[in-house]
Formats: sequence, C-alpha cells, structure tokens
Amino acid sequence: MVDFEPTKLAEALAKGQGEDSLMAVLEEIQTQYRYLPQDAMILVSERLGLPLSQVYSVATFYHAFSLVPRGEHTIHVCTGTACHVRGAVQVLNRLQTRLGVGPGGTTADRQFTLETVNCLGCCALGPVVVLDGDYQGRMTPKMVDRLLKRATTQLGEQP
Amino acid sequence: MIKMRTPQALVAQRQKMRDSMDPRRRRIRVCDGTGCRALGSRRVLDRLCETLREAGLSGEIEVVPTGCPGFCELGPLVSIDPQNIAYNMVSVDDVPVLVAKTIAQGEIIDGLVFVDPVTGQPIIHEGELPFYAKQMRRVLELNGQIDPSRIEDYIAHDGYAALSKALYEMTPEEVIHGVKASGLRGRGGAGFNTGAKWRFCRDAPGEVKYIICNADEGDPGAFMDRSILEGNPHCVLEGMIIGAYAIGATQGYVYIRNEYPLAVQNLKIALEQAHEYGLLGESILGSGLGFDIEIRVGSGAFVCGEETALMASIQGEIGEPRPRPPYPAQSGLWGRPTNINNVKTWANVPLIVRNGPDWFASVGTENSKGTMIFSLVGKISNTGLVEVPMGISLRELIYDVGGGMPVGKEFKAAQIGGPSGGCIPKEHLNVPIDYESVTALGAIMGSGGLVVCDEDTCMVDLARYFLNFTQEESCGKCVPCRVGTRAMLETLERICAGQGRDGDIEYLIELGEEVKRSSLCALGGTAPNPVLTTIRYFREEYEAHIYERRCPAKVCKGLITYHVVAELCTGCMICARNCPAGAVYGEKGQPHVIDLSLCTRCGLCKSLCNFDAIVVR
Repeated sequence: MVDFEPTKLAEALAKGQGEDSLMAVLEEIQTQYRYLPQDAMILVSERLGLPLSQVYSVATFYHAFSLVPRGEHTIHVCTGTACHVRGAVQVLNRLQTRLGVGPGGTTADRQFTLETVNCLGCCALGPVVVLDGDYQGRMTPKMVDRLLKRATTQLGEQP
Repeated sequence: MIKMRTPQALVAQRQKMRDSMDPRRRRIRVCDGTGCRALGSRRVLDRLCETLREAGLSGEIEVVPTGCPGFCELGPLVSIDPQNIAYNMVSVDDVPVLVAKTIAQGEIIDGLVFVDPVTGQPIIHEGELPFYAKQMRRVLELNGQIDPSRIEDYIAHDGYAALSKALYEMTPEEVIHGVKASGLRGRGGAGFNTGAKWRFCRDAPGEVKYIICNADEGDPGAFMDRSILEGNPHCVLEGMIIGAYAIGATQGYVYIRNEYPLAVQNLKIALEQAHEYGLLGESILGSGLGFDIEIRVGSGAFVCGEETALMASIQGEIGEPRPRPPYPAQSGLWGRPTNINNVKTWANVPLIVRNGPDWFASVGTENSKGTMIFSLVGKISNTGLVEVPMGISLRELIYDVGGGMPVGKEFKAAQIGGPSGGCIPKEHLNVPIDYESVTALGAIMGSGGLVVCDEDTCMVDLARYFLNFTQEESCGKCVPCRVGTRAMLETLERICAGQGRDGDIEYLIELGEEVKRSSLCALGGTAPNPVLTTIRYFREEYEAHIYERRCPAKVCKGLITYHVVAELCTGCMICARNCPAGAVYGEKGQPHVIDLSLCTRCGLCKSLCNFDAIVVR
C-alpha cells in the first residue's frame, strides 16, 4: 500500500478549483491512493473551502470512492443482466470462496479487492470478470482458479 | 494541422482525405471495441501488424482498428477489404494463415467464415450476413468502418458536413424546425420530441446556456451508447455542436460512466482533434460560433442518468434528483437553461441536418420515426448491437436479426428497457416496436437494452434481480422509492426463498402502483415495472412459487435441490473437493452423494462436473 503523501495530494488539488471540481479531485486521490484517506478529505475540504460534511457525503454517495484501503489488484465481477442470466453468481461465489472476502472486501494481505459492477457493456461475453482493467469473457467457476493463478504468478506470490 | 476557417476549407480537407483513400485499397479492419478486446482482438491486431511486416506487406495493406460493428457474439471480428470478407472468432493463431492464404493469395479460409445455421452454407461477405440483412444502419453506419481515433476518416465520410450546412445555410430557427419536423424523439427512453425540447431551451431567457450529452448508460444489459462513443465519437460531437448553434449554448458537457474507459479515451482523442481542426473552440469553421465541450466522468451511480441528478453531479454535488418543474430548459446546470439529450439522440442530429427531415421520417411508424438501436443480450443466438427501423416487429428483431434462440431453447419473454422496463411475452411477439405499442404492453422503449429470456429464466427471480438493482441504486432522497422498493424487494426475496404468502402478489401490485405514482424521479417511477409486468404476464410463476413451493425454471435457491445421478457419476471427486459447504461426500471411483442439509445451492458442483452427473430438481 502506498503511504499517504501530501505532496501527491497537492498535485491533485492543483488540477481543480471551486465546488464543481470536488468530484474530479476526489477521483484523482482515489486513483493515486486507491482510497480516500481521512486526512486527504480534510485537506480537500479546507482547500476547496467546502464543509467536510459535503466532501464526506460525496465520498460516500458514489461507488467509485472507497474510505478504506484497497488491494493491489482489483477484480470486478460484472453482475449486469446478461452476465446474471449466464451464471455470474456462480463465478462470484467461486471468487468469494477463493479469496475469502465478499464484494467490496479486500484480502488481509491487501493483494486483492473484490468488487461487483452493474454492467460493463460487453454482454455478448458474459459472465465477464475484469482483473486490473483486463477483461475476461465467458468466465466459468473453473476459469476463476486459472485467473487467480495467473495473477499470483505475475505477482510472484500466493494469495 | 491547420484550423479550418471556412466551409470551403472543410470541403477541401475532405477532398484531400478522399484522394488519399483509394476505395479499392487493401485494408484489414479489426474490431477494437470493448467486446472484441475482451476476446483478445488487441493481440490479434498486434500479431497482424507483425506478420504483415515480416511478410513485407505492411506497405500495401493498412490495418484499421475500428469500433464495434455489432456482431459481438462472434468476436474477435476481422474484415478484409476491398473483397468485404468477414472473418469471425479470429484468434492469434489464425493470423499467420490469414495472411499467407487470404492476404497473399486471396484464398478464403473456411473455418473463419460464418456458417448459416439454417442452410449450413458459408457466408463470406460481411454485407450478406443475415445479422445485417434486416438492419437499417444509419447511426451505426460508420461503426466498424472507420478508425475512431482518426477525425480524417470521419471527415472523409461526410463528417461535419451537416455542421457546415447548419452554420452557413441555415438559421438556428431552421435547424430547430428541421429537427422538430423530422419527428426525432429522445432516445434515452422518455421519447420527448427533440426539436420541441430544443425550442424550450432556446426560448428560455438567459445569456448563458448549456447542453449536455447523457452518456451515463447505466442500464445493465445495454451498451449502445458505449459502442457509439467508442466507434464513432465525432458523430456525437457534431450533433452537439449543431445543437449548441440551434439552442444558443456556449458550453457542452458529456457525462459518461467511469465503467467505460475506452469510450472515455476515444472521446478525449476526438475532442482534441476537433479542436485542432477548428471544429470546437472559438469561431467554429470561421462562423463566429464559440462552443466547447468538456467530459465529466461519473463515479458509479445509476441515478445520475436522471437529468437533474446528472446536473447535480456535474456541479460536484451528490447525484440526487430534484423535483421538476423547473425543467432543465428553464433552470438547469448552475441555474441556467440547459438541454440534455442522450448519445443516440445527438448522433441522429447530423444525419437529419445533412439529409433533411423527410429522409429521417421516411422510416418508422406514425409517431415513432427513424431507427432504434438495441443491444440484444441474454438467451439469444446473435448477441450484439443492432439498428432497426422503428415499427419492426419484436419477432423480426429476435428471430431474423437476432438469429432466434440457441438450439433447443424456447422463447419466453423479452425484457425491454432494463430495470425501468418490463417484459413482453410470447403472445405479443408481433408487436411493432415503437414508443406507444411498447408502453401499452407495460414495458418502456427505454434506451435500447433488450434481454431475451428462455424457459430457464425464472421471471420472479428476474424481477427480484432488477428490483435489487434499483433498490441498491435508489439515492434515498424520497420515501416511496427508498422504502417502497425495499418493501417490494423483501417480499420478492421471501417468495424466491420459498416463503411466499397468500396476498403477496396483490401487495406487490398495490405497492408497485403507489411507488410508481409517488416517487420523485423516474428511477422510482419506473422501478416497479419489471415486477408489475412479470405479474401481468407470468402470474402463474409467482403462484407456483407461493402456493406450490416450486420454481418452474429451477432457479430460485430456496425451491430447488441438487442431486447426483449415480449412473453418470464417476467418482472423480472434483465436486467434493470444491464444495464450499462440504456437502458432497463419497469415495474415489464411487458415485457421490449430496447432503441436502448442508448444501447451499450455489451450483458450483454442477458447473464443475465434467460428466453432467448433477441435476437440479
């Protein structure tokens, strides 16, 4: 996990000004730290001159923001309609069993965060799983094992 | 790059680009949309370039990454010009043969062409595929033909000609009149006359006005907007610039989902190029019109597809809707008159301006003009993106364009309009697809998501699925939606768990009608639709769940059991080793048994079994 570095935050803040830049700033912080550290939100509130409650309400409203640290790798399981009717639930179950965390959860070693997403729009390939932006179509529970193996081999360690 | 400062400069540019493009040139088009990418089209593309280079052919043959041509089912798609050969399901390993045979010798590779499932005959040319035969590709015409990252491709195909015509040959009034006369209705789902909507915004008092392109395509099972923005972003930008001219707006926004990274990327490239060519910014094409567009990426909230919530989100606030009136045309973004249209609506505008309202209205029904884009998904042979004339029957759409059901499956219902829509059952297969007919059946046209269900789809579970979605996405501002959808969901969950009670159906209908009537925005106002229409057409399935404790489609966990067929089980132990509940036992080489008291009905054993030895009862 990356430690909280105010210099990086300053860069993020420099990109936006005023109330309408709040989301953009939070997105930038989320991208850099993979979550919104509390100190960062306080700083954003001071710099943009917005009540902390407003920063917090935006941070908790949108799914893209997380208030807790996230894993090195993110696995998104699409649970859109097409994926749902093609068995996304079984794929998700398998991932939950293998990783030992539910949707939104991060493994204890902070390697993986498991997420569900409502639809990625590649419905022909359902069920779809995305590992760090890399799309995997026509997933089955069996393929989950291979996917995790590949991810951990690339990492050079076990999940 | 030179900024174009006159309409003549645009014409000259177009001619220059066309001159550099011989229609007989040899090129290979590879679908580079999200769908085909997920199937490995990027690797195919790289390998293709590499192989052509090794063969010394890279100078002669151009490799073009394109947007989605729509036939996602058979991706990765590769097309070869000028012969118009359509290859599908092309893998990296197919590339060397493709280059050696088709490119070098003009030979067709049997294994890569489409085989008509009815006649068994191979179909070589893209234009002859039955998938495209009944389509009318107007908005999607260039998807799959041009490189979306090259504005030159778009300009060469008459791109920005409509903008030039609007700026130099028409008054804003005439543009609005034309759009209105064409009969174009909002393609986001509500179906309001676009020209009339523009008129409200133009007539609203105020110096500063905004326009917005709603690309927050959140409906699960819908990817029309994504594909247009990925494959032909300039047509949307052109529509917006024309809209800005007609309405008198100085600033535009495209609000797009963060789940669509490729669409965001291609849109960014398109914006930069439009700037370079003088099609955005100050004095567009030298006309004096100043207009710019910014991208705003959403942060994962379905409700932000609702116009007032979307505007709040652009302003950096939480995406909660507010009551209307005032409508955005009077008081929208930062309190200024604002016009919001869907991606597909904007994409239709250049076509209307260029070809005239009569051309647009020559297709469709009395009140629904033009074409409609659907994403066909679910239990259907040809999953993909299609554009059909309004008024086509549901049967033609599903069977002729969509190729019908996979072998051995029977059509049960089409779910149109996603979580806001409803389902249309078999007996209404002949319904013409237009705004009024679809609404009369209890569904909505929506933005074009169409999910096909077969006998393996449980309609109660489907209703539960959609309600679970809307319930999670409800922003919580108004009580009917926040509490009402939760109460409905709890009832449905109970029914699916096998604990339905007498009166549940009546309760769902009563509550559903009330939530529809009293919710603040369209999310709550339409959330009960999937429940109400499934009750309307499949009441017997609800009754089977409640009174017979039976799920006819064998989907609902609380009402099914898993069993091992002893004759088929080889005792390989794969199920026993993987069962998360430890519910499967048996010795190696001996038929296994499932302990139903431990089984959680997750279905993993069935999906892992290599011998089809596990059945659901």
